[in-house]
Amino acid sequence: MAAELMRETWSGEVSVVTIGAAKSEGGTRSAMVKIGGQKTLPFLFAEGAIPHKPVIALEIWDIAPLDWPEESTKPYGQSIKDPLAWAQMCVKEFKAQLLCVRLQGAHPDFGNKSAQQEAEFIKALLKKVDVPLIIKGCGDDEKDNQVLAVCAEAAKGERCLIGSAVQDNYKTLVAAVLADGHNIIAESPIDINIAKQLNILISDMGLPLERIVIDPTIGALGYGLEYAYSIMERARLAALSGDKTVASPFICFIGQEAWRAKEAKVGSADQGIMWEVVTACALIQAGGDILVMRHPKAVEKVNKYIEELFIPR
Amino acid sequence: MFIIGELINGMYNNIGKAIKEHDKAVIQKCAQDQINAGADCLDVNCGPASKQPVSDLPWLVEVIQEVTDKPLSLDSSKPQVIEAGLKVAKNKVVINSVTADPEKLAVLVPLAKKYNTKLIGLTISAKGIPQNKDQRLELAATIVAHCADAGFPVEDLYLDPIVLPVNVAQAQMKDILESIHEFKIISDPSPKTIVGLSNVSQGTKARNLVNRIFLTMAIAQGLDAAILDPLDNDLMDALITSELILNKNIYCDSFLSAYRKK
Repeated sequence: MAAELMRETWSGEVSVVTIGAAKSEGGTRSAMVKIGGQKTLPFLFAEGAIPHKPVIALEIWDIAPLDWPEESTKPYGQSIKDPLAWAQMCVKEFKAQLLCVRLQGAHPDFGNKSAQQEAEFIKALLKKVDVPLIIKGCGDDEKDNQVLAVCAEAAKGERCLIGSAVQDNYKTLVAAVLADGHNIIAESPIDINIAKQLNILISDMGLPLERIVIDPTIGALGYGLEYAYSIMERARLAALSGDKTVASPFICFIGQEAWRAKEAKVGSADQGIMWEVVTACALIQAGGDILVMRHPKAVEKVNKYIEELFIPR
Repeated sequence: MFIIGELINGMYNNIGKAIKEHDKAVIQKCAQDQINAGADCLDVNCGPASKQPVSDLPWLVEVIQEVTDKPLSLDSSKPQVIEAGLKVAKNKVVINSVTADPEKLAVLVPLAKKYNTKLIGLTISAKGIPQNKDQRLELAATIVAHCADAGFPVEDLYLDPIVLPVNVAQAQMKDILESIHEFKIISDPSPKTIVGLSNVSQGTKARNLVNRIFLTMAIAQGLDAAILDPLDNDLMDALITSELILNKNIYCDSFLSAYRKK
């Protein structure tokens, strides 16, 4: 007798988040990126629909990054000193579908740019490239509250993904995102209970759960990857069982974590790239929906991996 | 936990009067209040005073369906009343209920199959109410065996151990609770389990307290569903917390409101 595979049927599904607004919707993006919508665990195609592929966002900064290992900046050459040229290179040369811009220059220790300067930069960036944007603050709560609110307004109608809201600092950002029609990143410190709580706090302010993307905080290979993996898996299992409060897609900041690993900075030139690739591939298997990455070669390899996963069998 | 709201029952004065006068608004408000409080399903019972349950039950079903698409538990001891309700039901249905009597099983199990409903099976028969755990298990096994033979999916069967008032049958409470656990191991796949909760506190002076402690203990035994008053906020909090402790839901500081958001 042939063995029959056990198939799970799930009652819940991951919410679909749309990033970017085309002209017809009041924005200026050439395409939209949809993520989420899974009705089963990663790549169990026989059990349920997986309507949207994981998508990679290339990461850029508003200033020349000081602490990136040389290997990770090399592909961008001199453009890395000019954020707009860098952005254009990501889209034109490396075919990025999505850009994640980190406004590091607003940080008091990294140049302390004003909210107004950053808003002008966002406007210029939106003119320069036509892919959807993820806008990330500098990590200083007080400064981010000033800068992100003004940037959200500057990008009004473009349906960006803006972050990050954290448990102790979410109200200002939620209000801005609500007012200007964006999506929000809810960041929790590898903690499923806080991830759930933050989603509830945000939705209590009136932002629908369908406009939240969870940043579970990840670790690179060798630096806590498996903790992130298990948190993501637990949230996904609950989501598929019908818990809407954790049914958000995931964004994983692969590049920043992988290139922090000491293994990425030593050995052969390819080692950092492979560290980024392996971290990304593992977290795709955990259910990662957006992977924010740095090295174009790593992106190419991971994109190929995603394509292969989606070949019908 | 599959929560069936018990409040649309003709034995309550306001509902009995609304059925008699065909007052839609009262019924629909009662339906919506229960759903807002967390009910997954609504019990629909014309009550003993109804002169024409064969037309009153379908009327209730249609009136409730105007405001919700949640499942309905059609509650009558008369198969013809249940079938009258089934004929107009667009929402999913739970048949409430069949007993372990062969003549009831012979009518209601085919009906449940035909209309693709879930079915509540009371571990009771014409011989009377079971007096201990063994009698409950025997009646449960009779119902499960009949369903399996008739091709009705056992996982859609909800077995009720018959909850008796604590002030009447105090000595049976432990058996009733243990039956909930043991029903689950009668067959694979397991049948589900259910209690009609409010009966446990009939005639007591601390009804809400008795209800919520019994429910908590029943949940610990693996209870799948309950017919209860979802407007009893403390009861719902106890239910949510019990399931949290059993790791059915992920903890967060707002776990009570998180459950209600689902």
